[in-house]
Amino acid sequence: MAGEAVRRTPLYDAHRRLGGRMVEFAGWEMPVYYAGILEEHRAVREHAGLFDVSHMGEIEVKGPRALAACQKLVTNDAAALRPGRAQYAVMCLPSGGIVDDVIYYCLAPDRFLFCVNASNEDKDYRWMKQHAGGARVINRSADFAQLALQGPKAPTILQPLTTIDLTALESFAALEGGIAGARALVSRTGYTGEDGFEIYLAPSDAERVWDRLLAEGAPRGLVPVGLGARDTLRLEKGLMLYGNDIDEETTPLEAGLGWVVKLDKGGFIGREALVRQKAEGVRRRLVGLSMEGAAAPPRHGYRILHSGRPVGVVTSGTKSPTLGRGVALGLVERSVSEIGTKLEVEIRGRQHSAEVVALPFVRRQK
Amino acid sequence: MKFPKKLRYTREHEWVLIEGNLATVGITDFAQHELGEVVYVELPKVGDSVTKDEPFGVVESVKAASDVYAPVSGEVTESNDDLVSSPELINDDPYGDAWLIRVEMSDPSELEHLMTAQDYKDYVEEEGEAEEAEETEDEEIDDDEDEDEE
Repeated sequence: MAGEAVRRTPLYDAHRRLGGRMVEFAGWEMPVYYAGILEEHRAVREHAGLFDVSHMGEIEVKGPRALAACQKLVTNDAAALRPGRAQYAVMCLPSGGIVDDVIYYCLAPDRFLFCVNASNEDKDYRWMKQHAGGARVINRSADFAQLALQGPKAPTILQPLTTIDLTALESFAALEGGIAGARALVSRTGYTGEDGFEIYLAPSDAERVWDRLLAEGAPRGLVPVGLGARDTLRLEKGLMLYGNDIDEETTPLEAGLGWVVKLDKGGFIGREALVRQKAEGVRRRLVGLSMEGAAAPPRHGYRILHSGRPVGVVTSGTKSPTLGRGVALGLVERSVSEIGTKLEVEIRGRQHSAEVVALPFVRRQK
Repeated sequence: MKFPKKLRYTREHEWVLIEGNLATVGITDFAQHELGEVVYVELPKVGDSVTKDEPFGVVESVKAASDVYAPVSGEVTESNDDLVSSPELINDDPYGDAWLIRVEMSDPSELEHLMTAQDYKDYVEEEGEAEEAEETEDEEIDDDEDEDEE
């Protein structure tokens, strides 16, 4: 990042006002927590949390060739999308390695808005432009602030402030409407595994809407939540973080993202490699690991062993605030990836027992 | 931020209480504040020896694992087992219930290298200012802003 200024979102002043502890993340100055990661984590699981995710990038693909461009760029079937619906997918290199994991919204039959990882914004924009085949690709990241309102109380908190009928907004649906007097695109998506919304709006409206949401939601337990809890929340749900769990060296089949790879939809970048890998079988898999006993929290980069033999590496790990024990995602050889397999995680030279478990680690409470 | 006068301090943000030849060691209020919520603590066993300036244990917050360095050399006579089940004590009471280990010192002359409360307070404030300067390296740093940080 040498020579590049650290960027601030339109909510920077709000974060300082709320006592947010600011850190650099993906070139942005973001709050890692306000009151504390554990407290914020619990608030989202039990009530609701408000996140500033304005660092995320937004890239629009538009024009008569927009759908064709999307189909070439992503592994999922964008043709299945109607306006007002969103889809999760990855973009791949010809090798099958993941360029980024993205959500895109079909705004109109000839307009798709991609939400991309902040760390990949420039790379994705270049990649998408290069492979757009006649569609227009516009980096609209500066046009949007983004808030995430997440948790079981999110609909109750948002409904009085929006013109959108939230009961009609299903999971992975998105509608344009008003929030506290501002125009916004509201989608029923998130990165916490809870019910909730992601709200795209003009940067100039962000602070006012943020303040109104907090004021409206505070009596219902809504708190501002930083990136620290965003990470523990997503990890408990087995959701991946680009750059940690997946990257250009990992394919979606290895990452357990086969459900967003539609090999029969027609040609897309990476398809041949993925067809081959599917036929041959993957050599390694991303798995969930649960630590036994009171072991130290597993962390990114720790070695994973099977009866003393190195078989992989932890890609993300933490002490789960909900479960009170260490959980991790790890990339391991396929032969030791079955659920129930006993493995060891090496922490500061000592091996600690772990077991391959089904994801998510934490299921939503009914 | 608290800096009890009866304690001595290290540049790595440990504190030491000296009683005769026995040194009680913990991490400072500043250190626990920097770490955030502590979720795991790893300490040496009674009878282990520790060496000045070398790591003797680990304190882990949600985000990261940090080594704790021995302010003095000697043999561990007590290790605070309460922290294994209640690591959050480090945030609640860093100078009291959350002491880490007690050490029978092998070389009391090592104490000369430790800082007084005032020295440590100055050191922490300088470090805080350096951090602030780093954060705003592309901007002018005026005195008002520094005072806001207090």
